[in-house]
Amino acid sequence: MAPDLILILPEILLAVFAMAALLVGAFGGGDIRARPILWGVAAFMALVGLLVGLNPPAVGTAFGGAFTLDGFARFAKAGILLGAAILLLMSEDFLRRRGLLRFEFPVLIALATLGMMVMVSASDLMTLYMGIELQALALYVVAALDRDSPRSTEAGLKYFVLGALSSGLLLYGASLVYGYAGTTLFSGIVAAAAAGEGPQLGLLLGLVLMLTGLAFKVSAVPFHMWTPDVYEGAPTPVTAFFATVPKLAALALFARLVHEAFGAIAADWRQIVAFLSVASMFLGAVAAIGQTDIKRLMAYSSISHMGFALMGLAAGTEFGVQALLIYAAIYVVMNIGTFAFILSMEKDGEPVSEIASLNMYSAIAPGRALALMVLLFSLAGVPPLVGFFGKLYVIRAAVQADMVWLAVAAVIASVIAAFYYLRIVYLMYFGAPREGLDGGMAPAQWIALSASALAMVLGVINLFGIEGLAAAAAATLAGA
Amino acid sequence: MDALLSEYLPILLFLGVAAGLGLILVLAAVILAPSDPDPEKTSAYECGFNAFDDARMKFDVRYYLVAILFIIFDLEVAFLFPWAITFDQMTMAGFWSMMAFLGVLTVGFAYEWRKGALEWE
Repeated sequence: MAPDLILILPEILLAVFAMAALLVGAFGGGDIRARPILWGVAAFMALVGLLVGLNPPAVGTAFGGAFTLDGFARFAKAGILLGAAILLLMSEDFLRRRGLLRFEFPVLIALATLGMMVMVSASDLMTLYMGIELQALALYVVAALDRDSPRSTEAGLKYFVLGALSSGLLLYGASLVYGYAGTTLFSGIVAAAAAGEGPQLGLLLGLVLMLTGLAFKVSAVPFHMWTPDVYEGAPTPVTAFFATVPKLAALALFARLVHEAFGAIAADWRQIVAFLSVASMFLGAVAAIGQTDIKRLMAYSSISHMGFALMGLAAGTEFGVQALLIYAAIYVVMNIGTFAFILSMEKDGEPVSEIASLNMYSAIAPGRALALMVLLFSLAGVPPLVGFFGKLYVIRAAVQADMVWLAVAAVIASVIAAFYYLRIVYLMYFGAPREGLDGGMAPAQWIALSASALAMVLGVINLFGIEGLAAAAAATLAGA
Repeated sequence: MDALLSEYLPILLFLGVAAGLGLILVLAAVILAPSDPDPEKTSAYECGFNAFDDARMKFDVRYYLVAILFIIFDLEVAFLFPWAITFDQMTMAGFWSMMAFLGVLTVGFAYEWRKGALEWE
């Protein structure tokens, strides 16, 4: 029992801290404590993230194999915790000025983060479901954080209904897989799949349903329809959170599930993932062109990026998992920077999300416009910025796995997607002048924006060593 | 393969029966029941006098809150029962797992109490 507890020590610490923060908020005066609680939760998550990333506790499995702590889980957890901490700090200013800074917000984010940590460590169908639900329930609530705004409550309701549907599909798939394999352990499922002969109908049906449920969570086409509405309706800090950390967690869970539980029938799931990947890349690229709202645009952008990330998974190789991790990490950093800017977009104290309000922004704030331009170029995958290397990795993974058609499709989709990123840059530098944004930028947002833009440029040298870390992480998951 | 499928045969039969029965019950009402509506017949029935207001009334959202809180503690008891009957064979791990579970619920209870979710005014 005791060695098991050491493996989940980071989760226990975060859970206890979140509950303590809830009690401090409830008994210590309510929302006047919101700021210290937010800072405390952010600092604690960053601390736990560093603990998981730098100083590994023993690596292994706990609770009879239901929970796995390996290099892959550590990589994802460190990214999730640090990303969530930065996002909390970025949102403080926005929430405080809109009167939305309730002390429950940081607590819910901490609980969602806890759920994501369980997700990336899940090696049993039950742990998997528990992690997903803990994450999702907390996120449904924060989507409706601005409860007096019809759009925010609509976003919360839509997210809840479709999230419940996807959980139902996932659970139905899990029950079929359990019925086939007779165990909920990933290691048992893969053994049963390897032992079976011929087409294994029950297992395949379960696999398809489980992948459908997960595709909802990563918003891959054709299960993406909730994304634009939820992103647009939710308060911007919540959108920023949705677009980054949960995506990383869901991708990591996706990778672990297909490799550990369904590694024996890779040919079957690779077709499904390749389809999700192509459909997401193209729909995200084409549908974003007509958008006038930058939050909606970022929703389609994230759909398209998920397509690219899934391409690494579709390769079905160790290098593919490495490419997926690198892509997801770069994607999170780029989106943190971009959303730091979107959080600061306001006019007369009101948040603005129209793209047209960025016209000639370079004349108002040249520094911020430059940083945003770098990030948009990186999102588009223009060399020599870091975003290009992310795409390069997943495309190489596809080519190495003899999926040249997928790589060609990815290149075409990224050319289409480049149009709408470059259009924003065009508007910022050459757009028709009109009354634009006037707000300042909170220090945390400014640091996040410039640090992430700087990372896109400086990372070209060696990607900050993330390549080696991702390779080591991928080896623990998919290494033969 | 065939053995696997035949194991699932009862579920297939069940699905067939469930769908068939559901359809029969719905369609029987449409086919068999006489239908001759007039305004008096379709209006809401209120013991002889005209209806005061719409039959779909709004009710306080707090009922919903109380119902949710009730379900949480109802489920807690459902978990406690099997734990309590196996108490004499319990390991320390089993005992402390339940204590941790109760602790988490207590934190939630303290929060809702403090937030005034249990007040009815």
